[in-house]
Order: sequence, then C-alpha cells, then structure tokens
Amino acid sequence: MADLREKPREPGEPREPRAGFEPVAGSRLVDGLRAYRLIAWMWIRSTMAYRASFAMTLFGNFAGTVLDFVAILLMFSRVDQLGGYSLGEVAFLYGLSSAAFGLADLTLGSMDRLGQRVRDGTLDTLLVRPAPVLAQVAADRFALRRLGRITQGLLVLGYALVVVDIEWTPAKVLLMPVMMVSGAAIFASVFVAGGAFQFVAQDASQVQNSFTYGGTTLLQYPPTVFAKDLVRGVTFVLPLAFVNWLPALYVLGLPYPLDLPRWTAFVSPLVAVVCCGLSGLAWRAGLRSYRSTGS
Amino acid sequence: MVRAWRLYAAVAAGGFRRYATYRVATAAGVFTNTVFGLILAYTYIALWDERPGLGGYDQAQAVTYVWVGQGLLSVVAVMGGGFEDELIERIRTGDIAIDLYRPADLQAWWLAADAGRAAFQLLGRGVVPMVFGGLVFQLALPGDAGTWLAFLVAVVLGVLVSFAIRYLVALAAFWFMDGAGVQQLAVLAGLFFSGMTLPLNVFPGALGELARVLPWSALVQAPADVLLGERTGLALLRTYAFQAAWAVGLLAVGRLVQSAATRRVVVQGG
Repeated sequence: MADLREKPREPGEPREPRAGFEPVAGSRLVDGLRAYRLIAWMWIRSTMAYRASFAMTLFGNFAGTVLDFVAILLMFSRVDQLGGYSLGEVAFLYGLSSAAFGLADLTLGSMDRLGQRVRDGTLDTLLVRPAPVLAQVAADRFALRRLGRITQGLLVLGYALVVVDIEWTPAKVLLMPVMMVSGAAIFASVFVAGGAFQFVAQDASQVQNSFTYGGTTLLQYPPTVFAKDLVRGVTFVLPLAFVNWLPALYVLGLPYPLDLPRWTAFVSPLVAVVCCGLSGLAWRAGLRSYRSTGS
Repeated sequence: MVRAWRLYAAVAAGGFRRYATYRVATAAGVFTNTVFGLILAYTYIALWDERPGLGGYDQAQAVTYVWVGQGLLSVVAVMGGGFEDELIERIRTGDIAIDLYRPADLQAWWLAADAGRAAFQLLGRGVVPMVFGGLVFQLALPGDAGTWLAFLVAVVLGVLVSFAIRYLVALAAFWFMDGAGVQQLAVLAGLFFSGMTLPLNVFPGALGELARVLPWSALVQAPADVLLGERTGLALLRTYAFQAAWAVGLLAVGRLVQSAATRRVVVQGG
C-alpha cells in the first residue's frame, strides 16, 4: 500500500484535462494510475472514519475465505487424497489461486457495480471527469477489507510450503512471484471484461461472478478432479489454468492432465498480457457503445 | 380476518412479481448457480470416488445434493439478498416509523413479501440448474410424486426458518444502525451450517452433531435429505417437526425482539 502515499502531487504538476486531442498512450496510463491512487486513497480515508466497522468487515472477509478452506480441511478429515493430490498440494493450489485472485479483487473488485451505475445514470458523472473512466470505475468504493482474502491465501500458501516437499530450483523460485503477478493480471482482465459486458447487460453482474469467484474456486482444486473438456476450456478458451494450475504443477513436479509441454508453465506472463489487451479492447468497445439513460 | 389474509396474499403476489421483473438478473443468477454447481459436482465426485458411501450418500446422491443446493441457494436466501436489505435501510433512515403506523403486522408483512420472493426464485432459479445437472450427471431424483411433494413441504418450512433468522438479523439494525457486520456474519454462518459448502452428514464428530441441530440445517440439508429419500415415514415427520420447531421458536423470538425494538424507536426530526 506504500505506493498510495508516495509521490504527492508537485505544486507545478499539470492537472488540467487533456481533452481535445488524443493523448499518447503513456501519459494516459500515468493519468489513470494517478486518478486510481487518488480515488482509492479517498475511499480508504472514508472507511477509516468508522474503524470498528472496518475491523469487523476485514475480519468478515478473512473469515469468509477461511470457511472455504475449512470445507477442504473437512473433506480431508475423511479422505487422504482428492483426485490424487494430498492436502498440502491442494493447499498449494488454493493459496496461489486465492492470493492471485485476492490481488485482482482488491484492485478491481468494484467492477461489478458498473451495471448499477449504467442503470441509474451515475456513470455520466464519471464520463465528464478529466480522468480515464476505467480508473474511476475500478477505484470506486475501493475496499481495503479485501486484504483479508489475500492474507488468508498467503497463510494457506505458507502452510503448503511448509508441509509439501518441493525440490527447489532457481526456475521454480522465480516462477512463484511471476505466477502470482500474472495470475492477478489474468483475473484482472476477467474483471475488466466482465465490466465491459455490463454495458450490454446491466443486470448481469452475476455472470461476472461465475468467472471471477467461480474461477478462483475451480483453481483451488486439482485439475485431475474435473472433466477433460472443462480443463480444456479453462486452458485454451478462458486461460485461467495459467493463473496457477500449469505453473504450480511445474513447481510441484506433477503432470498436467492435458499432456502439454513443460515449458507452458512459463508462459503465464504472456497469457496475462494477451488477456489484458483483449479485455482492454472489450472495455473500449463497451464504453463506446454506452448510451446514457438520459432523463 | 379474511381481509387480513387478502392483504398478505396481495403483498406476497407483489413480492413474486417484483422479482419476476428482473429477467436478465434471474438468467445471470441461474448461470452462476450452474457454474458453481458444475465445479462442486466434480469435487464431490472426486471425494466420493475416494470414499464411496461417505455420509451415507452414494455418488449419485452426492451429485444430486449439489444441484439441490444450487437450486435452493436463492430460495432460502443463504447468501441473504431478500427483504432484509430494505428493512435495514428503513430502520436506519427512520421510515420504519411509518411502517409501524400501518394497519398491518410488521413481521407478517415482510414474511408475505419474502414468501412471494421465495416462490418466484424456486421457479425462476431452482428449476434450470436442476435440469442442467440432470442432463450432465447421473442424478438420484425420486420418481414418485409423493417424495417431490414432501420435498416441497420441507422447502416451505426451510423458507420460514430462513425468514425468521433474517428477520432477527434485520432487527439488529435497531441497535447497531449499520446492519452490514451482522448480515455478513449471518451469511457466513448460513453458508457453512446450512450444508451449502459441504453436506452436514460429512462433517466429522461433534462438529457434525452440532451443525445438524442448528437452525441453518433446516434450510438446505433437511429438504435435500427429503428429496434424496433419506427421510421417510417417521423420520420425515421428525424432520418436519425439527424445521417447524425452529421456525416457530425463531419467529416468536422475532416478535419479542420486535416489541423490544419498537419501544426504542425515537423518530428524529419533525
């Protein structure tokens, strides 16, 4: 969170909107990030006005994800293996999926409110402000309580690293942070694409949940559990498998059910970049098709 | 008396129509339930592969349990999202004072509205996931109308218990003003103890015994067991009695809390 506080705006720094001409891509990104930082910081301060309530919801967020893992623990109280995986190995998948998803949820978790904004017309307010709409929508109601999920994911991952015997190599060590960041980026692109879809179908924000929350739930379990066609779908169509399955199985030294070459474990960053590009295009198309409700 | 019934019937019909208006949202909800059903069904298959007969279910029953659960999720409002958001908002803003003036009983009014919602969601969000599950997996659904009817009765009782719990949660707003914290805890308890995450008969030892006597087990576990043919004859009556006892008990507590709360109401401003 340190980056929220660094770099206060220089007194001379321009802040007037650069409307009227197409800004270069780099400055737009900087603009967006700055707008995001300012809005997110505003929401953090507003949340901190009710500290007790914040503590309760942070705990709730943490406890909610803990219960998910408790369900897996309860399963393993009755069996020693699930789909040929031990508890530690499932915990490894779980921790990585949860932490990567948690990062995306923290930064973009408010995207599902877009439909609501389209419906009641408050999106118009964002359109006239001199900051990229995506940054404004993403930072809307920025909720620090979502750190609860990341914390829980990292704790489970820590547990997995203690109990699972991994033969560490430099490549595997390097793959861990790479996997986390690209996984978060892949989930982030799903959030943005889901937001774009809500321009078309405002009431369908739930559909997004099936790919975001559903996606992270799917990835918490071993791929051997699921039907081949489902595994193919999340490898080649909606490439969620690159969040943790493929790289994590490389680290664990376990085979992937689809007979893919081992180097596919390392292409997650590339997949993440492609996904972000595609969802960026979808977002633009969605935003262009937006017609205000008027009134 | 007749007039009162007509009033609540009208409120219930209104609740039904209100939820029926949002067709896209309903379709989106059905889609989500189906996706989660698919994921859960595969994990349960793996679990029952490892331990056939776990919790007294065979594999087909376990998979059926998943789809019954997904079908009932919104009906018994395990994740909330029924009338309580609105009631909490009315308590917070003080609009509740107007409701208390109305010539209708507060609890009965909201119960009627919630019954209408539940009826719509049983049809709108319950049927499709079940049908999808039946097409993709081998389900253990009963062939006789009697069991389905028995299941419906258990669902109605489950909705009553669910309403009674959520009514208490909403009334907590009289004391806390902001209902979010209590609501969140209620959703967590509901998800875990209703059997949504894992059937309660799979819970080990004392935790399982505790979970099976808590009111949430009346929401999903009880109706599912009835449909799966695990409760017949005397056991069926015991299940109904269990659900009804929690419903009556919690509704009564709701009335007590309501009268305590309304004595506290101070309407601000003039």
